[in-house]
Amino acid sequence: MASAGLPPLFENWFASRGWQAHPHQLDMLSRSNAPCLLLIAPTGGGKTMAGFLPSLVDLADTEHQGLHTLYISPLKALAADIKRNLRAPVEEMGLSIRIEDRTGDTTQTRKKAQRVDPPHILLTTPESLALLTSYEDAPRMFRGLKRVIVDEIHALAESKRGDQLMLALARLQTMCPDMRRVGLSATVDDPQAVAHLLARNPDPCEILQADPGPDPDIAMLDTTEHPPWSGGGAAYAIPAVMQQIRQHNTTLIFHNTRAQAEIFFHNLWLANEDSLPIGIHHGSLDRQQRERVEDAMVRGDLRAIVCTGSLDLGIDWGDVDLVIQVGAPKNVKRLVQRIGRANHRYNAPSKALLVPANRFEVIECVAALQAVRDHDLDGETRGPGPRDVLCQHILLAAASGPFEADAMYIEMSSVGAFVGLTRAQFDACLDFCATGGYALRTYDRWQKLVQRADGEWQLRDPRAAARIHMNAGTIQDTDTLKVRLKRARGGKPLGEIEESFAASLTPGDTFLIGGKIVRYEGLREMTVEVSRNASKKPKIATFMGTKFSTSTQLSQRILKLFQQDDWPELPQHTADWLGLQRDMSRLPEPNRLLVESFPRDGRENLCVYGFAGRNAQQTLGLLLTKRMEELGLAPMGFVATDYATLIWGLDAVSDPRPLFDADALRSGVDGWLAGNSLMKRTFRGAATIAGLIERNTPSARKNGRQATFSSDILYDTLLKYDPDHLLMQITREEAMRGLVDFARVEEMLARIEGRIDLVRLGHVTPLAAPLFLEVGKVRVDGEAEERLLAEESAELMREAGLAP
Amino acid sequence: MNGIPLTLAGAQLTALGSGALWWEERNILCVSDLHLGKSERTARRGGPNLPPYETRDTLIRLESDLSQTNAGTVICLGDSFDDQAAANALEEQDRLWISRLQAGRRWVWIEGNHDPGPIDLGGSHLAELPLPPLTFRHIATPGKSGEISGHYHPKVQVQTRLRTISRPAFLFDSDRIVMPAFGTYTGGLRSTDDALTKLMRPEARAIVTGKTPRLVAMSR
Repeated sequence: MASAGLPPLFENWFASRGWQAHPHQLDMLSRSNAPCLLLIAPTGGGKTMAGFLPSLVDLADTEHQGLHTLYISPLKALAADIKRNLRAPVEEMGLSIRIEDRTGDTTQTRKKAQRVDPPHILLTTPESLALLTSYEDAPRMFRGLKRVIVDEIHALAESKRGDQLMLALARLQTMCPDMRRVGLSATVDDPQAVAHLLARNPDPCEILQADPGPDPDIAMLDTTEHPPWSGGGAAYAIPAVMQQIRQHNTTLIFHNTRAQAEIFFHNLWLANEDSLPIGIHHGSLDRQQRERVEDAMVRGDLRAIVCTGSLDLGIDWGDVDLVIQVGAPKNVKRLVQRIGRANHRYNAPSKALLVPANRFEVIECVAALQAVRDHDLDGETRGPGPRDVLCQHILLAAASGPFEADAMYIEMSSVGAFVGLTRAQFDACLDFCATGGYALRTYDRWQKLVQRADGEWQLRDPRAAARIHMNAGTIQDTDTLKVRLKRARGGKPLGEIEESFAASLTPGDTFLIGGKIVRYEGLREMTVEVSRNASKKPKIATFMGTKFSTSTQLSQRILKLFQQDDWPELPQHTADWLGLQRDMSRLPEPNRLLVESFPRDGRENLCVYGFAGRNAQQTLGLLLTKRMEELGLAPMGFVATDYATLIWGLDAVSDPRPLFDADALRSGVDGWLAGNSLMKRTFRGAATIAGLIERNTPSARKNGRQATFSSDILYDTLLKYDPDHLLMQITREEAMRGLVDFARVEEMLARIEGRIDLVRLGHVTPLAAPLFLEVGKVRVDGEAEERLLAEESAELMREAGLAP
Repeated sequence: MNGIPLTLAGAQLTALGSGALWWEERNILCVSDLHLGKSERTARRGGPNLPPYETRDTLIRLESDLSQTNAGTVICLGDSFDDQAAANALEEQDRLWISRLQAGRRWVWIEGNHDPGPIDLGGSHLAELPLPPLTFRHIATPGKSGEISGHYHPKVQVQTRLRTISRPAFLFDSDRIVMPAFGTYTGGLRSTDDALTKLMRPEARAIVTGKTPRLVAMSR
């Protein structure tokens, strides 16, 4: 095939590699003048080259001073990887193009030099770009910028990081009106939605679809051992996975959580009789350790890597010929994207195996396989852009210099996610940034932003710019503590664990990190000190990692499957297990609500199988615990999955009907906002992004516990005295959209029409057991706490010989 | 009265769930570390503009304790204001509110490290207040007895059967009581901190604040 449109230099380079340009690469080149382009291509389809080709051709043709192309990726590692891959063609064609990356890992000297003398192509992340645009010299640095490439835009489109990025692009567009935008995306369910986010409103954005290639070769892993009834370790599958590793060059083994990855890696290592080189990679590990694994992988030294979502995105890991997904895939779209990690040769099918960790996940895997075969990708629509990101953007803009409110509003409205932003909403954000936005106007003297005589807004105290820079970003990591080996003078860093997990440790406890068992020695200056320990059974680290929710589509497929008389498509053990559930209790039905009640570990449990999706089940948990509190049943907490909510407390529920009274639940929605920990968590995120809570101060990074404490008090105070404050509005909006999904609770209530089956049992049921292992438990503070304190106090008083 | 009785140097006291201490025999209510004006000070020093409602919230809770006890004397045990300037910057309505609370009773401001100088509000200003058999001062002095102090904002973690609960608390032993902070925007120092474990006797106990105050062990 002739490569029409490719300059001879490039044509020859492709030929020298024995390659020819893909049609979509040429399409991108021929449309290089379009204001906005979105390319959807599978991994290995030369997507990155397609994005850069117009820039390289332009730079080869014409002399360009300063920055020409800005490349943004969601991962630091990806930026570094692209730099490596891009330098090869540039050097081989003898082009004088300077390519540099800029991330949190770049040295201060390098960063300063880049601002004075920017490279032709700068590779960076959304956070680094947001900071760059907030410096006074931004207009000079970005002068002449022609193209922006947003890689893996599907990953950014679902988060506030993407919203912040698009706001930064709007600023750049004001500085450089001719800037063209290119988005590179993996397969998504709704390309139009991604295009809408990428383009400057109302510019058009053409969508190019590359040949998706052949369907993946995907199956469930055959094991002789049966998966357990519950649990997430998948230890039973270790021998079969080991066998697969031996038969392939490089295997990527994905897990849904970091804790699961740690346990699996540990077990895999115990079974690794041939001492095959196997590594582990996840976001809680120390950076140096992660980089060592990445380098070994690029060299092709590793036969397998146990990993989490940290390797989800398009780093070119060389010769991966098998992807194994341990645990239910939860989301068909993400599964398809993960499978794409295998086999970077275009037009060869990716090979993947699913390993369910327990029997419920067998069902989820079967449903997911059906969905992949049907090309039934799932997706959730995102509402309008969140306003806490706008507040941070206003502060960042102020840090770069005075601005005019009218112009700022117009600029923001050009961002897809904020097209519907009203002037009143914008003014409220501006007022929040300036005065705090309180009903009580007490900060006239201490406004953050002040309006000058000429009408422009600027920082009252220019020194505030440093604080704003320090607190930029929208990633809300859980509060973590560094883990180090205990030595006389600062031992080796191993990684991080969540503070709440650290708080649960007592000296002598053991846990896994980086695949090794360590013993907790103590806490020193906000660092967890550990020693090596050779014991076999660790206490498990409960880092959160990324937690996906099973999509609605998958949940519905599962519910349908339950209604069959038998299950020939399921392995015998799982079919038996469902049969057991049917014998012991019942299987959930589409038009009835199954509720199980049973005691366990000194608590009473209530399991509600609503199959309404995680968010709605979560909301149901909030509403039901509130009702139970009112009815004096002393609930203590709950956990929600896509199919059920498990509530525990001090007393058993004997009649569920009053709990599910639709009117009572509905009236609860208004009331429950108050005082539950989920709302406080949401508030904390919004308050941090909007700049009310500073995670970093000029003196020292506040420790997380202190931040938790004060943000909860701020929430309580606002709820009492200023419930309509902007941040409370944002918190409510975010809860309604992200966490609440009350519409689906209504839908479920309509579906069951009061047909509730309460099954009282003496112990946990097969279907309820996995819920006890779910992460993300929400605690309920109420009467139960008073009763527990009374118990504890009575104990002490008895010991002391006092009458309680 | 929603409180736990305790005895110090023969004086019969009551620890209230609000974090205040009630000496019924002498008709005295003692509160510590109000930190009024904290949000103003934070903003003045370039920090975030926190919701400016903490002074109001603290005064509402103090007023509620006063109406329940009808105390004839109020002792504010130091750090009543986040600093001198915060005291001077109080809103007019808050100053009037404080005057209203002071009407008809003796009011003592004990000096704290945050508010060492005299303040332009009613009441008397003292470095410390001896009321035998007790002495009221801001920071505990090791070796003394019959002492009531604040400063540390102690909180304890209670390991219950099913959950660890962390709350502001009174710490007490046969020599002293260390009071929890009463102010709304006040963090806490865990009772396991060296400053507190060294100060308190090994047999010291704690009373956690909350809806119903409870006697618990002082976690170390």
